[in-house]
Amino acid sequence: MDNQRDLLSLMLKIRKAEEKIVEVYARDQKMRTPTHLSIGQEAVAAALAVALLPGDQVFTGHRCHAAYLAKNGDYEGFFAELCGRASGVSAGRAGSAHLTDPSVGIYSSPILGATIPVAVGAALSFEMDQKKDIAVAVFGDATVEEGVFAESVNFAVTKKLPVLFVCENNLYSTHSPLSVRQPPSPIFERVRMNEFPTEQVDGNDVLKVYEAFRTAIKYIRYCRMPFFVECLTYRVREHVGPLHDYDRGYRTKEEVDQWLGKCPIARLSKTLFDEKIMTHTEIDKEEEKWAQMADDAYTKALQSPWPDALSMTEHVY
Amino acid sequence: MNRQLTYAQSIAEALVQGMEQDPNVFVFGLGVDDYKGIFGTTRAAFEKFGKARVFDAPASEGALTGVAIGAALNGKRPVLVHARNDFMFLALDQLINNAAKWKYTYNGKSTVPFVTRGIIGKGWGQGPTHSQSIQSIFAHFPGLVVAMPSNAYDIKGIILQSLKVDCPVVILEHRSLYDIKAEVPQNPYTVDFGKANVVREGSDVTIVASSLMVFESLKAADVVARDGIQVEVIDPVTIQPLDEKTILRSVAKTGRLICADTSWLRCGFSAEVAAVVAENIPQALKAPVKRIGFPECPSPVSKALEDVFFPSYRDIVSAIYAVAGKEPGVDIPNLQVVDSFKGPY
Repeated sequence: MDNQRDLLSLMLKIRKAEEKIVEVYARDQKMRTPTHLSIGQEAVAAALAVALLPGDQVFTGHRCHAAYLAKNGDYEGFFAELCGRASGVSAGRAGSAHLTDPSVGIYSSPILGATIPVAVGAALSFEMDQKKDIAVAVFGDATVEEGVFAESVNFAVTKKLPVLFVCENNLYSTHSPLSVRQPPSPIFERVRMNEFPTEQVDGNDVLKVYEAFRTAIKYIRYCRMPFFVECLTYRVREHVGPLHDYDRGYRTKEEVDQWLGKCPIARLSKTLFDEKIMTHTEIDKEEEKWAQMADDAYTKALQSPWPDALSMTEHVY
Repeated sequence: MNRQLTYAQSIAEALVQGMEQDPNVFVFGLGVDDYKGIFGTTRAAFEKFGKARVFDAPASEGALTGVAIGAALNGKRPVLVHARNDFMFLALDQLINNAAKWKYTYNGKSTVPFVTRGIIGKGWGQGPTHSQSIQSIFAHFPGLVVAMPSNAYDIKGIILQSLKVDCPVVILEHRSLYDIKAEVPQNPYTVDFGKANVVREGSDVTIVASSLMVFESLKAADVVARDGIQVEVIDPVTIQPLDEKTILRSVAKTGRLICADTSWLRCGFSAEVAAVVAENIPQALKAPVKRIGFPECPSPVSKALEDVFFPSYRDIVSAIYAVAGKEPGVDIPNLQVVDSFKGPY
C-alpha cells in the first residue's frame, strides 16, 4: 500500500502537536481552553483523512484535534486558536472543542451528537446538488446514547444519504465505563438494526482502519447509502486536560499499559521498519519534523496579537 | 379593493415565490407534502416543485434542525416546518447550541442561513403542550432572528426576507391569524427585521403587542376610542432584533405602556419591552406599566378554563383604563371571536 508513509506522518503530526500541548498546558497556562486529547487514538483520524477526497466534509465533536489536524485544518491557526489569539482559525472564539476550518471541510462542535445531523444535512445537500462528495460524522461511544444519533441514522438510511458514521469507541464517557451505559452487545451490531452496513475494526491498527474506511467510502460514494464503522480504541490521557489519570480509581494502570502496548504509531512504525519501507532514521526524522513544527507554531502563536475587544460582537448575525 | 389573501395563503405564496427566486430553497418537515400541507401553507409549493424540493421527514425535530444546518452551510436554503412550535423544544440543542452560535463561533467563515417555521396553537382544547408560544426562549440567545408577524402582509415579506439573509431565522405563526385577510401584493417583496410598525397612532396609551395580540389590541383600541382614549399600537414584527427606537418614541409621547404578549409574563417578551422603557425613559411613564399574558399555569383544555386562560381584547381594554386612570365609560362589547379554529386538530 502506498499510503503507509502518509498514515504515519499524519499520526505523528497529531501526536507531536498534542505532546506540545501536554508540555506547555499546565506549565505556561497560555492555552486557556479545555482540551480533550486524542493521544492513543490517532489512527482513526489519520486513516480517515487519507481515505477521503478533498471535497468530503468531516464533522466531529469535543475530541476534535486529531480529525482537524489530519484533515489539514490550518496548522498555525490551531495553536493560535488554543492560545486565544486573533490568528486562531476562528480568531479565538472557538477554542479546542470547536476546531473548524471550512476551507478544508472540517467542522467541530462539542455537545454530544451535535454535529451528527449536521453531517447528514451536508450529505443531503450533496445529493440535492448531485455531487459525489460524502460527509463523515465522527463521535465517541457515548454519543450513540444520544437521541439525535438514532434520529440521524434513521434519517440518513431512510433518505439514502452518503454519510460515513465513525464511532471511536474508547470505552469511557468521561469516567463512566461503557458497561454502565449500554447493553453488552457490540455497538456496531445494535446500529445494524437500522438496515445499513456496519462494521467493527481494531481502531489502533491504522492499516486495518484505513482498509475499513476505504471499503466503506467506496460503498458510500457509489451506492449513495450510509455506512457505520466502530473503531475500538482507547484514550490514554485524562478525559479533559493533559495529565494521566490511571490513579483516580475509574480505570487501572494495567488497563492503560495494555493499551499503550497497542499504540497505533508504534505498531505502524514497526511494520514500516520490518517491511523495509522506512528506516528508523527516517521515522525519527518525520517525528522530529512534526515536533519542530509544533514548537514553531506554539512560539508563533504566543507572539500573535489578541483579538481586538471591539471585534467581540461581530458576526453574530 | 386590492388583492386580499389570508395569512395562510400569504405563507403559501411566499414559499412558492422564494423557491422560484432561489433554486437552493427547499421545504421539509413532518407532513409538509400531505393533503393538508401544514394548514394549506406548503401544499402550493409541493404541487409546483414536487418532492425533490418539498419533502416529508421523520418525526425527529432535533436531527431535522441539524440537517438544515448541514445543508445550509453547503449553500442550501432549508425551510423546516413544525406544525406546533411546542415541538421545537426537541430542536433546542441544534437551534441554540449550533445554529445561533455557528457564524459567530467560526468567526464568520461559515454561515447557516435557514428558516424554521413554528405554529402557535390556541383553543379547541389543544391544551398544555400544543398551545404554548415559545418566542422568549429563542429571543434570549444572540444569533437567531425571531419573527412573529401579525398579518398576511408581513408574513409574506418576512419569509422572503428570511430566505435572503445570512443567519438562521425562527418564524412563529399564530394559528389564530391563519384565516385573517390583509392586502398582499402579488409581486415578491421583503419586510425588514427590526423595524416595528405603528399599526395605529394615538396619543394616550402605547400598546406593544406580539403576533395575535396586535389584532386583539386593535379591537381594544376601537373600544376605548369611544371613550376618548387614543391608543397607539406597535407591532415589533421581529422581537429579535427589536426596534427599541419606535417603542421608546411612542412611550415618550404617550407616557403609558401596555405590553401584550401571546405567552407567559415571567422572563418573557412583555418583560423585555418593559425593561427597555424602564432603562431608557423611566421619567416618561405617567403610570405603572401593565402587562398582558398567560396566567401562571400551563394552558388547560376545558373551554371554561380556556376562556379565562387566554387573554383577549377585554383584558387589554381593562388595562388601558387602568393605565389611563379612568373608569370605563362604555360597556365592553362582545366582539366576534377571532379564533376560527374549529378542530379537530
